[in-house]
Amino acid sequence: MSLHAPEHKHSEHAHGHGEGDPHHHDPGFWRGYVFSTDHKVIGIQYGVSSLLFLLFGFGLMLAMRWQIAYPGKPIPIIGGFLEAALGPVAAGGVMTPDLYNAFGAMHGTIMVFLGVVPLGFAAFGNYLVPLQIGAPDMAFPRINMASFWSFLLGGVIMLVSFFIPGGAAQGGWTSYSPLATMIPTNGQTWWIIAMVLIITSSLLGSVNFIATVIQLRAPGMTWMRMPFFTWAQFVTAFILLLAFPPLEAAAVMQLADKVLHTSFYLPTGLMAGGNLVDISGGGSPLLWQHLFWFLAHPEVYVLILPAMGIVSEIIANNSRKPVFGYRSLVYSALAVGFISFIVWAHHMYLTGMGTKISTFFQTTTMIISIPSVIILTCLFLSLWGGSIRFNTAMLFSLAFLPMFGIGGLTGLPLGFNFSDIHLHDSYYVIAHFHYVVAPGSIFALFAGVYHWYPKMTGRRMNELLGKLHFGTSFVFMNLLFFPMFVQGIAGMSRRMSDGGASYMVTEATADVIGRLSKAIIDANIGISTAAFLLGLAQVPFIINFFYSIFAGEKVNSDNPWEATTLEWQTPTPPPHGNFATAIKVYRGPYDYSLPGAARDFVPQNEPVRS
Amino acid sequence: MEIPFTTLPRRDTGLYNAKLGIWLFLASEVMLFGALFSSYILLRVGAMPGAWPHGILNVPVGTVNTLVLICSSVTVVLGWAALKANDFAKYRKIQLVTIACAGMFVCIKSYEYYDKFTHYEVVMKDGRVIDGHLVAKEGGGGVVDGRRQPPEFIVLHGVEFAAELKAAGMAKVPLIERLEKQSGHHLEHKEFRIPWAETKRVQNYGPWHNTYLAIYFTLTGLHALHVIGGALVIGWIWGPGAAMWKTDPERYTNRVEVSGLFWHFVDLVWIFLFPILYLL
Repeated sequence: MSLHAPEHKHSEHAHGHGEGDPHHHDPGFWRGYVFSTDHKVIGIQYGVSSLLFLLFGFGLMLAMRWQIAYPGKPIPIIGGFLEAALGPVAAGGVMTPDLYNAFGAMHGTIMVFLGVVPLGFAAFGNYLVPLQIGAPDMAFPRINMASFWSFLLGGVIMLVSFFIPGGAAQGGWTSYSPLATMIPTNGQTWWIIAMVLIITSSLLGSVNFIATVIQLRAPGMTWMRMPFFTWAQFVTAFILLLAFPPLEAAAVMQLADKVLHTSFYLPTGLMAGGNLVDISGGGSPLLWQHLFWFLAHPEVYVLILPAMGIVSEIIANNSRKPVFGYRSLVYSALAVGFISFIVWAHHMYLTGMGTKISTFFQTTTMIISIPSVIILTCLFLSLWGGSIRFNTAMLFSLAFLPMFGIGGLTGLPLGFNFSDIHLHDSYYVIAHFHYVVAPGSIFALFAGVYHWYPKMTGRRMNELLGKLHFGTSFVFMNLLFFPMFVQGIAGMSRRMSDGGASYMVTEATADVIGRLSKAIIDANIGISTAAFLLGLAQVPFIINFFYSIFAGEKVNSDNPWEATTLEWQTPTPPPHGNFATAIKVYRGPYDYSLPGAARDFVPQNEPVRS
Repeated sequence: MEIPFTTLPRRDTGLYNAKLGIWLFLASEVMLFGALFSSYILLRVGAMPGAWPHGILNVPVGTVNTLVLICSSVTVVLGWAALKANDFAKYRKIQLVTIACAGMFVCIKSYEYYDKFTHYEVVMKDGRVIDGHLVAKEGGGGVVDGRRQPPEFIVLHGVEFAAELKAAGMAKVPLIERLEKQSGHHLEHKEFRIPWAETKRVQNYGPWHNTYLAIYFTLTGLHALHVIGGALVIGWIWGPGAAMWKTDPERYTNRVEVSGLFWHFVDLVWIFLFPILYLL
């Protein structure tokens, strides 16, 4: 993207200038745009690549939705391409169960690890955190660059794994052993190697974020003057720092099981294809699940905390009011961060780990919902009495609140072990976490794109296309996910490649418990249609995103939204080193509509008059 | 604007950036090794009664290696202290000992690995088990249809016993002693020339042999990678990177300190590894 050159127009400035001079010499194309150490360029690199990964992961899901709605029928448009690219697993353009499994595993992996987390944490965090705390860059710029390239390499390996013999990993994004280990193709090995790179990337990133926030806050930027967005990123970074390494350890052991034929996760007497597997045995399948969920539940908060941060900034700005209960938000985010480490086994109620352990994790799960509800309530109350500007960013943020609310509240029956027994592994689970992540997190991320686009490019995105994008996405998201609650409660399992058709009630077996009625299965067609329309609804966004770089309305100020936080007090786009002069902070992050002030916003770097 | 606190500490935290960075990195390392230690516990607790092996590692060799690492931990501090006292020549000498200790540790560890990879357990078709170190593989070999062919004979130096003996209960004594106790007579160490055709299963004591060896190789392998990585960084700072001492001695000393902090962590991990793998 051409507008983010960290170089400055005064390229005649040669070496020998003091380091404090913001007029750095031109770093050239490669160092300026590709192998850049500037946090803003890296943020945009993360942003663009993760948006592409999101689109790709969405495409995988569309192919799966076709197979669910019309099992065994050739996939239109891309069916021929799939057969040409992937061979017999897509013979005649029809998706085989193997391919369905591979797409399912990769959809989850790509959306979580290569889409939402890099967009919410790495992209927005990289771009905004140093700006919001008044820092010239991240604490370790070169490590920051290494983080991005490690991420991209991991992503590429993940994509390439589709084309190896046997195709990509088929064990689900959770990669439960022994299943994931015993599938006789190499997809899982590639998945593990890619994951190790992605984990390395997130480790480098999180060390950087925490060190930056602790060390590089500008004078006067005390902890309780930090914008909530930065707080959310700070907590997220701690979660990534401490929760990801156990998955790395788990991945190393699964790799050993796969390549060295060890038995970390493989129990004694394991049978495959009717034969006793030639391994030493003695391993524990539960070990993988514990290590995996020790990461993967905190990971849920990695998906949602940056989104909450974005939403709180946008709501404060567009309701022209301070956020309600800033301190409650901060303490709740910290509480979520801590408690997220002791809830993981609520994903494992059905493993037979014992009722006492279940009770413990059920209790902690209920406790963690309290700070989450506090955050959501504070954001709702922030709207009270505000003079709200309904621009696209605000619409997405407003939609986030009830959508995340639905996602959160429907999680409670999954957190209780007795109701989870019925709902576990059904479409109810899919509906629940997609409400949290898709119309929840992803809506917030869209809001962030619309909100900070003018700072990154100097141009606004088109409001008409934006509202079209919002309205259609909102409708189709709900048509897509809400019926899944009903399907799940009716007992539809989440991993069937024929969309439950093999469990359809026939005349002879009517009234048999565990069978699905035609109405439940036919809902698949409506859901899939909503999914395709949701895909179409993203077209205005894609057009808007690229069109506005070149032809969007130019902003006539560095602070087009009249915001208080420091990222709006820089030149647009911010130059290398961010701030033209040394910055000093005098007030909290949300001084909107101060009584007696000349304007309805007072930037954080404006001195307090006594 | 330049990034602040790259060399001098920030007043309210008392840290320069890299020192905070390494502490955060070490926190994540604690979680990495912590997960593996937890896995060790879970695998050991979940093992069939008596199936967890004892005494198959050489304790004196492990003790020597522990002392080598402790020694390096001392010298890495003394080296940094010498720099703080502005004595670069002394730092050069002392830190060389650190690097030498790292090299020695890796050599001793490689010898232990080699010992395990040449230690075979052969199950014969008639039910006998021969356990011993490889002397030679005779005949055979070569590649047919892309598959490596087995040798005609495998020669081991070790002992022979009946299969059920090994499966029987295990005590906290080395394998051979235990087997002797159970069989009631002295097991003679001798050379066995075993025809490959009469074997049912030939396996060395690699990570695939049992879950104990699997976690042993994973933990010590990962630790050895940390030792090698740490030694490379310390060596680079000691050698090619030492030019910085002339241009920016403060920052150079910081680098030595940060690499030293990492080194202490690596040593500390071993202090936990040694008892759980060798002694318990």
